[in-house]
Amino acid sequence: MSSQAELDNSELDRVIRSEYEAGFTTLVESDTLPPGLNEDVIRVISAKKEEPEWLLEWRLEAYRHWQTMQEPNWAHVEYPPVDLNAISYYSAPKSMEGRPKSLDEVDPELLETYKKLGIPLHEQEMLAGVAVDAVFDSVSVATTFKSKLAEAGVIFCSISEAVREHPELVRKYLGSVVPKGDNYFAGLNSAVFTDGSFVYIPKGVRCPMELSTYFRINEANTGQFERTLIVADEGSYVSYLEGCTAPQRDENQLHAAVVELVALPGAEIKYSTVQNWYPGDEDGKGGIYNFVTKRGVAHDHAKISWTQVETGSAITWKYPSVVLRGDHSVGEFYSVALTRHAQQADTGTKMIHLGRNTKSTIVSKGISAGKSSNAYRGLVRMGPRAENARNFTQCDSLLLGDTCGAHTFPYIETKHPSATVEHEATTSKVSDDQLFLCRQRGIDPEKAISMIVNGFCKEVFKELPMEFAVEAGKLLEVSLEGAVG
Amino acid sequence: MLEIRDLHASVAGQPILKGLNLTVKPGEVHAIMGPNGSGKSTLANVLAGRDNYEITGGEALFEGKSLAELEPEERAQLGLFLAFQYPVEIPGVSNMEFLKAALEATRAAQGKEEWDSVTLLRKAREACKQVDLDPQFLKRGVNEGFSGGEKKRNEIMQMLLMEPKLALLDETDSGLDIDALQTVAKGVNSLRGPERGIVLVTHYQRLLDYIVPDHVHVLSGGRIIKSGGKELALELEQHGYGWLTDDQNGGNDKEDRTA
Repeated sequence: MSSQAELDNSELDRVIRSEYEAGFTTLVESDTLPPGLNEDVIRVISAKKEEPEWLLEWRLEAYRHWQTMQEPNWAHVEYPPVDLNAISYYSAPKSMEGRPKSLDEVDPELLETYKKLGIPLHEQEMLAGVAVDAVFDSVSVATTFKSKLAEAGVIFCSISEAVREHPELVRKYLGSVVPKGDNYFAGLNSAVFTDGSFVYIPKGVRCPMELSTYFRINEANTGQFERTLIVADEGSYVSYLEGCTAPQRDENQLHAAVVELVALPGAEIKYSTVQNWYPGDEDGKGGIYNFVTKRGVAHDHAKISWTQVETGSAITWKYPSVVLRGDHSVGEFYSVALTRHAQQADTGTKMIHLGRNTKSTIVSKGISAGKSSNAYRGLVRMGPRAENARNFTQCDSLLLGDTCGAHTFPYIETKHPSATVEHEATTSKVSDDQLFLCRQRGIDPEKAISMIVNGFCKEVFKELPMEFAVEAGKLLEVSLEGAVG
Repeated sequence: MLEIRDLHASVAGQPILKGLNLTVKPGEVHAIMGPNGSGKSTLANVLAGRDNYEITGGEALFEGKSLAELEPEERAQLGLFLAFQYPVEIPGVSNMEFLKAALEATRAAQGKEEWDSVTLLRKAREACKQVDLDPQFLKRGVNEGFSGGEKKRNEIMQMLLMEPKLALLDETDSGLDIDALQTVAKGVNSLRGPERGIVLVTHYQRLLDYIVPDHVHVLSGGRIIKSGGKELALELEQHGYGWLTDDQNGGNDKEDRTA
């Protein structure tokens, strides 16, 4: 095996090293709260957002409960304790203070940032058919195509705006899927969340365009605590995309988000993520700590589908889940998680089958390179009422080189005798033989590895909306490329 | 085009080839025969540059360039093609995608015009037809779930498209029934031409009924111990390898290193 090791050290190693393209910083004057967390900070955040009293109370309750909670330590990740008092909980570009009414009033520097990231916010320059909410540190910079969506009755805006404009909807559903005391990071988020997106699709409406939110962390020493709430009323359909990047920095930054999805009877929500937070350098210096709670509730005949492509973050702690509450509801989870350098990912899903004839599918593809660690953690629970519930799980791991690790932690609990759970797991290496076949046909090793890895992920990529699938493929390629132009 | 002089090579540190000489000129078809473990597949893999197969002495020149100094993809780009004995699967990468990448890389390196996707698809379909492979196979993952015979025909299909200068066929006949053998042979014969060299590595004479070689060599103990015309293959068929290898040491002491 000596030459296998040699190959791993030369070719693969070179191939999996690449630059982080979104690592630039935008120079804008920001209004940033001093570091530290206490009730006053929460009051300031709430006041800055001109929130009603009930929401402030909700935050404070969350905060008081959170203080009694312990940081979870069961995940297969290691990191020094995060000093939550060294983080600033609110940072917004000063230019956003007057709440610009239109894009013309938005600081061109901010628009340029998104343009550089490939997300032009001027509607005429955008991909037709995709509406974008752009969140910069703690505020939403702009939401596009709002009026066009309003014609269909669709509400798509920042959550701060939704609190002001649609308080009845927010109050009804906020925390209904992920309660404020759900877990340590969700509790923290509930206390200090700043911005995120809000979506409401009325009964029977098929959302006329893809909705997407782009999260950007810019300011140093801040945390981003986004909160997203999507409600699909009876028989409606929406496809929502989420993208994220952050500057390249030596310190770790915390991103603790909560995403709640409500699919009312007969509704379908398709939620896709391409996560490309700064992953840290080769030695594990810097990068985002991504501690995220994502969960959806599917009512009768409703369907929730999570698709994620995770290539960034120093640490990923994330388990997009579906509570299959209604009969005949469907939950899906398709995931590609790529780790390299010293990245650590502990990611997977939970499918909680409560209703009868519920069905869930889990396809997880983990790719590990460098000195990284990549774990799949999944729970499939069949409740006592879950007659004829079915789950199929497939977990595949691909190793590039021999200094990385892949782990699978599947948990299965069945409380109904008619429930079926299938689990398949494989671990493979990009073999010498595959690489040699490609090279013998004239294909250079870099291209060959990217082709083999893309092939490995195909089942997941085909679940992504088309433009995103192309992006995801490119992102993987860039993440795997040795020389980035 | 291929000039091998006193070639010594080892596989994972184990000497297998021990002073092999062979010259292949454009337009010639050479058959390399020999008992199991004689080093036939090693020769094919050494020429193609597989990892672990190391040249320890002598030289192998292809188009005047020393193969030892070239990466496998550079050899392929120069026009050296190996049809594998055990073609490996690449799940999720379609045959078409694979062919596109291969042809882009090799045609550009050889200064040939680039094929647009319409041309490529048409050529690929023709090549499939030539080896009796359903064009649906172009959409499937490379060798993914193919039968043994389909994998071999897929190799020949790739060879037809890539139009190599020198084609090495490593036991392409093994595991094929007589119909498939004829199909494969037809494909190989269609590539015969004054510009192209073909080296067939085979254990059995059977393939040579359909692809008639210009030269036959018997490899044993890591060396060519006898060369002749096509009639030599028939002699081997009748008498086996014993009469040639009895006085050669090391005929059967090692398995072919292939996979």
